[in-house]
Amino acid sequence: MSSFEPGGESASIVSVTDKVKSVSLGMPVAAVHYLGDRAAFVGTEESVALVDNEGAVAKVEVTSGGILSAVADGTRILMGCDNGQVVALDRKGESSVLATDPKRRWIDNVALHGDGAIAWSVGKTAFVRPPKGEEKSLEVPSTVGGLAFAPKGLRLAIAHYNGATLWFPNMAGEPEFLAWAGSHLGVSFSPDNKFLVTSMHEPALHGWRLADNRHMRMTGYPSRVKSMAWGAGGRYLATSGADMVIMWPFVGKDGPMGKEPAMLAPLQAKVTAVACHPKEDVLAAGYEDGTVLMVRMHDGAEILVRRNGTPPIAGLAWDAAGTWLAFADETGEAGLLKL
Amino acid sequence: MSDATSQKVPVTVLTGYLGAGKTTLLNRILSEDHGKKYAVIVNEFGEIGIDNDLIVGADEEVFEMNNGCICCTVRGDLVRIIEGLMRRKGKFDAIIVETTGLADPAPVAQTFFVDEDVQKNARLDAVVTVADAKWLSDRLKDAPEAKNQIAFADVIVLNKTDLVSKPELAEVEARIRGINPYAKLHRTERCQVGITDVLERGAFDLDRILEIEPDFLEVDDHDHDHHHHDHDHGHHHHDHDHGHGLKHYHDEDMQSLSLRSDKPLDPTRFMPWLQNLVQTEGQKILRSKGILSFQDDDDRYVFQGVHMMLEGDHQRKWKEGEPRESRVVFIGRELPEQAIREGFERCIVT
Repeated sequence: MSSFEPGGESASIVSVTDKVKSVSLGMPVAAVHYLGDRAAFVGTEESVALVDNEGAVAKVEVTSGGILSAVADGTRILMGCDNGQVVALDRKGESSVLATDPKRRWIDNVALHGDGAIAWSVGKTAFVRPPKGEEKSLEVPSTVGGLAFAPKGLRLAIAHYNGATLWFPNMAGEPEFLAWAGSHLGVSFSPDNKFLVTSMHEPALHGWRLADNRHMRMTGYPSRVKSMAWGAGGRYLATSGADMVIMWPFVGKDGPMGKEPAMLAPLQAKVTAVACHPKEDVLAAGYEDGTVLMVRMHDGAEILVRRNGTPPIAGLAWDAAGTWLAFADETGEAGLLKL
Repeated sequence: MSDATSQKVPVTVLTGYLGAGKTTLLNRILSEDHGKKYAVIVNEFGEIGIDNDLIVGADEEVFEMNNGCICCTVRGDLVRIIEGLMRRKGKFDAIIVETTGLADPAPVAQTFFVDEDVQKNARLDAVVTVADAKWLSDRLKDAPEAKNQIAFADVIVLNKTDLVSKPELAEVEARIRGINPYAKLHRTERCQVGITDVLERGAFDLDRILEIEPDFLEVDDHDHDHHHHDHDHGHHHHDHDHGHGLKHYHDEDMQSLSLRSDKPLDPTRFMPWLQNLVQTEGQKILRSKGILSFQDDDDRYVFQGVHMMLEGDHQRKWKEGEPRESRVVFIGRELPEQAIREGFERCIVT
């Protein structure tokens, strides 16, 4: 088991707040992604606002209901909605309904695979649709908390109560079950495919080393972890949930076992969202008081991007090249920063 | 009520044994012209006859919290659904959670005590139990779930009263009162009850824990045309001594226990005693409530609890001339009455 004790003081800080282009979206925001060269602010319901580098807003209505989950791969955003629709939005800003639950039940989770496969879940059932071939489904023992595709092969991790299920939809045989007591919500593979990490209902992460299913407990958080991001080529997992960024080391074969995480950018407010730069060892962190910071991973040096005093940051995203950072608070006050 | 409290979405939990009329009540609430919009969390998708795009199917997944407390269970599905409903904030005024007929209301209530995100967005308003006037007495004998639902209730809708005789009605009411004398009781046919009698009750609002009095003592407070009762005959309780009439039907395993003191309590003794009591007997204690007068304290202190979970706060100054009386109520199964009474006595400043 690994855990941490919060501590530390923030030093005086460099500010780039005057370089941020502010954008008022006029709608509550649930998530932020990049779609090509436009920032995509996923609303809590109905719409996605696409914002170009000049700050021009194009709102696209993608569904008639609430948007419960959204993932992106740079070329499209996949969304699960509370009217039973699985919707995709592409770089041109065109949306399409990829699947509809016949009973219009909630699409709680979605996942995207690099080869174009998609996955979604309704209650206890996970569905996978490969780019070619037939749609398949798997029922797990309890409601699906999260979905993630492995970086290699068509393999889906399904988080649920008391563990996670690893499923190869194209292979015969029983899916593998990784047991750990408690309710598992978010799930993510390390980019090197060696580790699986879940965020739990209790304020903790759980991990498995996939070679031997060895357990990794990551505890010490004051509240639930809702945002996780792999950074520095997968050497670190940055997380929300504490009043600083908690960054677990995944270097070496043991991952974070027996190691202390790095604790960066402590503030008087909890981190609500993290996003790691695609190339540099830099991350962006949003806080519940509206602060946005850029943080250098190796020494914790901070740059202030957005001041506090607003609603919580709902999401942050870097573009693929890592030259733009987009962020928004829950009420839709957004910002774009060119590095 | 504070601003923070009033901005939270109120959640009404609708329980009741199989066939008592939960769905009838739900359909009534949804179809009545009240200008409000409700998000509804149901188990049987499709039973609701009303067109409403905010109906969510739930799976009643009761999770143990990994905190070493065996009775600390929450409804995992509710945590997820309430988070999802918050995406549609502003599109509804309140949430109604319908449980299955066999459900224990405790995990639902506990979800509102322990889950940080649920607490931030929603507040438990009341547990409303629909009971079948004809069959409840039998169910209380053979179905522990039915008894739990009565014991847990803030509001009891005693339905299908047209199917029983007056003595039968009196009998079933007395059985209810033997378990839970504190819930508001409404007699109905086909769940004809005023919306305001079941929604927006504020039963878990600390600021509104004011009348922890047995319901029948304040029966004159409300006059609802649909109740069809008259006070001379409808309330057999009036035949009994008010303070002790409850004992007329004593349920063998589920009781309520009321404690009072007009002398102040010592907070340094009361608080540890209460904490310890719910730690050791919390599995038996379904609900607890209290208004307390502490020594050298001009504020009323109020608390409430569900099993081992307690919340309490200073509420307001005692008013001029208001009797500074402490009252505590426990509803539970096989309560160690003697030990609780003695423990409470030791907290009184002498």
